[in-house]
Amino acid sequence: MVGIKSYGAYIPRYRISHNTIFTAIGFLGSFPPPGENAVANHDEDTLSMAVAAGMDCLSNIKREELGGLFLATTSQPYMLRQNSALVAAALDLPSNIRTSDFLGSTKSGTSALLSAFDAVNSGTSNVLVCASDCRVSKPGSPQEPLYGDGAAALLTGSQDLIATLEGFYSVSYDFPDRWRAATEKFEHSWEDRFIRDEGYTKMLPEAISGLLKKYNLAIADFATIAFPDLYPREHAAIIKRLGAEPRQLPTSLVDKVGDTGSASPLMMLVEVLEKAKPGDKILVASFGNGSDAMFLQVTENIKNLPGHRGVSKNLETKKELASYEKYLAFRNLAPMDLGMRGEVDFRTPMSTLFRERETVLALCGSKCKKCGTPQYPRQRICVNPDCGAVDQMEGYRFSDRKGVLFTYTGDNLAASIDPPAIYGFVDFNGGGRFWFDLTDCDLESIKVGMPVEMTFRRRYVDEGHGVYGYSWKAMPVRA
Amino acid sequence: MAEGIKDKVAIIGMGCTKFGELWNKGAEDLMVESFQECLEDAGIEKKDIEAAWFGVHFEEQSVGKGATSMALALKLPFIPVTRVENFCATGTEALRGACYGVASGACDIALALGVEKLKDTGYGGLPGGQGLLGARNALIMPKITAPGSFAMMATRYFAVYGLSPEDGKKMLARVSAKSHHNGSLNPKAHLRREITVEQVMNAPIIAWPLGLFDCCGVSDGSAAAIVTTAELAKKFRPDPVYIKSLQIALSSGEELMYTKWDGAHVETGLRAGILAYKEAGVKDPRNEISMAEVHDCFSITEAVTMEDLQFSPRGKVKEDIEAGRFDLNGEQPIQPDGGLKCFGHPIGASGLRMMYEMYKQLQGKAQLPERQLKNPRLGLTHNMGGFPAMNIVSVAIVGL
Repeated sequence: MVGIKSYGAYIPRYRISHNTIFTAIGFLGSFPPPGENAVANHDEDTLSMAVAAGMDCLSNIKREELGGLFLATTSQPYMLRQNSALVAAALDLPSNIRTSDFLGSTKSGTSALLSAFDAVNSGTSNVLVCASDCRVSKPGSPQEPLYGDGAAALLTGSQDLIATLEGFYSVSYDFPDRWRAATEKFEHSWEDRFIRDEGYTKMLPEAISGLLKKYNLAIADFATIAFPDLYPREHAAIIKRLGAEPRQLPTSLVDKVGDTGSASPLMMLVEVLEKAKPGDKILVASFGNGSDAMFLQVTENIKNLPGHRGVSKNLETKKELASYEKYLAFRNLAPMDLGMRGEVDFRTPMSTLFRERETVLALCGSKCKKCGTPQYPRQRICVNPDCGAVDQMEGYRFSDRKGVLFTYTGDNLAASIDPPAIYGFVDFNGGGRFWFDLTDCDLESIKVGMPVEMTFRRRYVDEGHGVYGYSWKAMPVRA
Repeated sequence: MAEGIKDKVAIIGMGCTKFGELWNKGAEDLMVESFQECLEDAGIEKKDIEAAWFGVHFEEQSVGKGATSMALALKLPFIPVTRVENFCATGTEALRGACYGVASGACDIALALGVEKLKDTGYGGLPGGQGLLGARNALIMPKITAPGSFAMMATRYFAVYGLSPEDGKKMLARVSAKSHHNGSLNPKAHLRREITVEQVMNAPIIAWPLGLFDCCGVSDGSAAAIVTTAELAKKFRPDPVYIKSLQIALSSGEELMYTKWDGAHVETGLRAGILAYKEAGVKDPRNEISMAEVHDCFSITEAVTMEDLQFSPRGKVKEDIEAGRFDLNGEQPIQPDGGLKCFGHPIGASGLRMMYEMYKQLQGKAQLPERQLKNPRLGLTHNMGGFPAMNIVSVAIVGL
């Protein structure tokens, strides 16, 4: 038996109202439906959000129990350099695992999940699936008010399952609704009515009906039927045509987060699992070049799952991004002058990065076996002046430890997309101190002594050398 | 147990250029100017110099690596010249090299010269660059700037001693206003305009809570000293200035990575001060040190340094600042020449510039009578390099 052991999700702090986008730039077609989209901060992208969802999912899981990490996205930063391997490094997963990128379709989230179930079925230990999308739309395009940023993570396995996989059915079409060539920044799309009438309203029912038929199920058997409600009217029509009731539908995320692409069905699944009761049957399906439908059943273990942020807590903590110009700057769509100070050439030393991958990507330092002092970055000689032991260190991960803000500043001199650059010192609970950039906060709202947590972020983009640089920052604890 | 270098080395000549945004002068011009003044002041010839130490920090900005730039600019005749670099304490490191050279008996007369040409970067503030602290740090450190790193000490000081931002900023504003007054009297200073406490407090924020006038000048300049043994010193001039102590302390990583440091003082400043007072035989720094030039890169740095050097009790510097203790006419004048704040801060030259002021004040040769302190006995220079959490502090004490 295979199924899901744990879940996690991530929604960025910023939300932009559809109205803000419309007012700033307008777009062809009608006034957008009311609602808002989640917007990645300037230091976030697909990989940072995948790590955040993964951290949420793994909050009570030992890393050495994992056998794989599959990443699903349509907005991967690297075409060459495995994105899932980078996410695995940030999550401090062991090296004896399988990693794979599932790309190119908004169906990739469910495809990765089905492949993870297959992998577990064939003997791989727990496989983490992270689905994340941070799609940059062309200003003024129809996609702009529709797409939101978000990520989901599901840990698959064969024991201690909170939900079991009971069945699946997939359909695949070379459906040219949206496409993007390898060299392009923005996607193209065909007429929306074509996508809606020839794709959405046909392929989803085909997959769902196929599943029902394959396993001889009645739609009424399901506690929840979750698939992206990209077209509210057609979504309702499909539900009606399937013979389902509105009470079987989960909370809509489209007006709160936006269409999160490959992450969308898995975020819906996470939100459903947060509220599910033992015995619940869940149907989840994706849309993109066809559809994957699957049938899961919730077990008694769901009652014992420790608290995760999931979708709900991420939805509660938000800040409105009232400026469309900032939104453009965050997405590098408006050329920002960082001043000559910001133009200092820096070439990422790749061999240093690989040697220090645990320091940089996993936020691992060392802990002195003699005196117990945690320290970051790793040291050979203990920093405790009363100890000073040499080479008595063991690895120590700080990324999942909270701390308090020891001191801070908001720096207007430092080059930043969103000045002032806020940074400070973190004193970690359990010991250890270092200085970090602070993110997802406002200077006015931070105080010495406030609780902070760590978050994996994109530190810089070196366009000249094609490098996306990542490391950890601190932020006020998100409720 | 080594006995230290107290009264073994004397300064017999010094030179210092005008500091400022010297668009028309390169590092070589500045070196020649401070050197020629120094040579003339000492009354010796270039051939008398047996060894030299050269301090420059941002070599990429001006002279390149090594010490050849100074040897070539000054046409030093095939003598040993050593380049030293230790962040903003570089100038004092050059002096320390020269003093140790003389104290060791390796040479009788040595030159220390520091220079920095900062105003060729194309932007305000000190040059940045992620390589400043090495490759690993470049990948994990925040994009910290000098004002930001010291601003964090101000934030912390306010929190530890319960000062509201308003009260804290006012305390710091007095520090800067005092230095602007001193700088206004000094013809060689970079910034020579008096400012009010209100102007300091209302200035644009550079790095919260520090505003523009909490920050020192970014300047071009050079300063130099010629030192000899105590035995020979009086042969050159009647009023040589003797080194009473010359100490330096570096962070161990404890402040940055261990959780003991309170963030509201500079640990190395305290440690270097203790070492320097011991070497000089100073028991009561608050009353024995007549005057000091400390590393006021930012107003908060001067404030905590008063406590680190035991001029003020811990956490009580505000009272001394408000009482005017450190004013030019106060009981313990600090930054009589305007300090880094107004005289300016060409990194490699600053430690020697501080000493230039102590040297002139001790000799009664401050350029203008209104600048001259009355009968100073002991002068102290405090030169700090790096960030509050990881740095170098040197403390030198000199007297007649």
